[in-house]
Amino acid sequence: MDLYEYQAKELFARHGITVPPGQVAATPQEARAIATELKVPVVIKAQVKTGGRGKAGGVRLAPGPSAAEDEARRILGMDIKGHTAHSVLVEQATGGFEEYYAAYLVDRANRTLLAMVSSEGGMDIEEVAATKPEALARIPIDATSGVDLETARLLAARAGLPEDVQDAVAETLVRLWEVLVEEDALLVEVNPLACTSDGRVLALDGKITLDGNAAFRHDHAAFADGSDDGGLEARARAKHLNYVKLAGQVGVIGNGAGLVMSTLDVVAYAGERFDGVRPANFLDIGGGASAQVMADGLEIILFDPDVRAVLVNVFGGITACDAVANGIVKALEVLGDARCPIVVRLDGNNAEAGREILSDAAHPMVRVVTTMDGAAELVAELAAA
Amino acid sequence: MAIFLTKDSKVLIQGMTGAEGTRHTARMLAAGTDIVAGVTPGKGGQAVDFGQRRVPVFGSVAEAMTETGADVSVVFVPPKFARGAVEEAIDAGIPLCVVITEGVPVHDTLRFWARAQASGRTRIIGPNCPGLISPGQSSAGIIPADITSAGRIGLVSKSGTLTYQLMYELRDIGFSTAVGIGGDPVIGTTHIDALQAFQDDPGTDAIVMIGEIGGDAEERAAAYIEQHVTKPVVAYVAGFTAPEGKTMGHAGAIVSGSAGTAQAKKEALEKVGVRVGKTPSETARLMRDTIQTP
Repeated sequence: MDLYEYQAKELFARHGITVPPGQVAATPQEARAIATELKVPVVIKAQVKTGGRGKAGGVRLAPGPSAAEDEARRILGMDIKGHTAHSVLVEQATGGFEEYYAAYLVDRANRTLLAMVSSEGGMDIEEVAATKPEALARIPIDATSGVDLETARLLAARAGLPEDVQDAVAETLVRLWEVLVEEDALLVEVNPLACTSDGRVLALDGKITLDGNAAFRHDHAAFADGSDDGGLEARARAKHLNYVKLAGQVGVIGNGAGLVMSTLDVVAYAGERFDGVRPANFLDIGGGASAQVMADGLEIILFDPDVRAVLVNVFGGITACDAVANGIVKALEVLGDARCPIVVRLDGNNAEAGREILSDAAHPMVRVVTTMDGAAELVAELAAA
Repeated sequence: MAIFLTKDSKVLIQGMTGAEGTRHTARMLAAGTDIVAGVTPGKGGQAVDFGQRRVPVFGSVAEAMTETGADVSVVFVPPKFARGAVEEAIDAGIPLCVVITEGVPVHDTLRFWARAQASGRTRIIGPNCPGLISPGQSSAGIIPADITSAGRIGLVSKSGTLTYQLMYELRDIGFSTAVGIGGDPVIGTTHIDALQAFQDDPGTDAIVMIGEIGGDAEERAAAYIEQHVTKPVVAYVAGFTAPEGKTMGHAGAIVSGSAGTAQAKKEALEKVGVRVGKTPSETARLMRDTIQTP
């Protein structure tokens, strides 16, 4: 789960990292009120989970409360790379500082944690890595030993930070490590990390990605937010379904993340021959594929007004296909009439018995197809019709 | 022959007395696995009756290994306790630890992985994986045994159900070993580890590799294949239509920025001569062609 800047800064502050005073606002009036309380000037920053805000005009300086209100009005609702700014962070502007860069992240390839610190803050770190690699220290960190003050000083020195700020930055680097480990983050990034002329070290921006698997040992639920999908993802979550809304017309249900991803691809390929129809969602109902879960899944998908045909793609492994077929029949009984055609492809254990159960049930909206490619072809044709 | 798991493997189950553990232990026994022990802290001295075999339960992995000679552990304990269970197995010196548990925090995986590296004695497979099966010999995990047969294809995959799909489509040819390495961002055994083992296994003639979006494991596997693998490799990559920034079920399957796309993975593999199927069925056909026209 990616956090907004203001949420990341909340976690930074909890771990003793200095951030500029500020508050989040959802309306121009709120922005004005916050700016009135803060020492001006303030910075108005679009809260979106993507980079390139500055270039898109989503970060503006406001000399006073009325300017803050105007800037907030301009930024709120702004689209930045497909993300709508629903809120702005109103923050006291920081003056007179040098910009550095600090991040910790999971290095998947080496199965370790990686520290990255640079004297070149404020710019795209990939550009720094490409054009000025000597200004970027990349040091693998052993998950069992972590970052202590000594390691942090080494990081600051290797990154080429001025000697007089190394100690202060090192202290922040240790705290940032605490954020990573204690909050179960997969990424923490501060860019820029500011060192002011009066010797303070502040996180002027912040990016944190939390590990959803670790939710059981944290109080991070408040950070979750709904997305603009007409409430479908929230409905699915309430039913404990692994659902992602996509932009197409073919509803997809399958068992196993890999098989469902693969089904989306096969539907999209078939769609190239039928009006360019695309998958409408990702929905993994897991290995068991019980009647109730199947019914819940079909319900969510048929609730999506974009869906014009549904593909159920199940591989019968531990749960054999006859059981899956019985589940589909029961699910359709629970749901009543389906409003659009449902193509079912069953393969694996007892596939023939499963297909027979479905033909015997003779549901008017259900079509049974033997292969995945054939099923995708048919569902694309039906969705385009 | 096979990799990592053979008919001689003696398997213990951590979390055998839980619902999932019991259910899958019965299935593994039915697949011919030599299950010698269960481990549940506090339940040592008990035994679980599986019909054809009564499996003793021990309070610790070390005790189970001493008493039974177990050399493989399969972990079914819940995410909260997974790290503790795996570290116990590592400290006891188990040669192979297969972590089925889904939902293990990445920091926990990083820690037990670092510990396994430091000990130098334990291979980890998973977490969040279906395990591995050497058909006709042994099964350690949850891969259905009755969808395929023994043969000479090796398979390595991030995805469980895609593994099953390919095993089923190629059931007449059969498999030496199928390894599900799991879909988490950090995993113990990688595509490369399995490729290396299959290359060295005289019982494997050709390899199916299944990847998916996220990370750069497939790109690195391609570089490894170019340098070290002489056996034919056929691949499949899932997730061409996955949008940037959305997680598709597997914690590791997320495209961020330009890295980790299915297209990039496909191109990297094709560049080193690996044939990449557009769909699982086409991948199976490519493997058939490869085996039949050497």
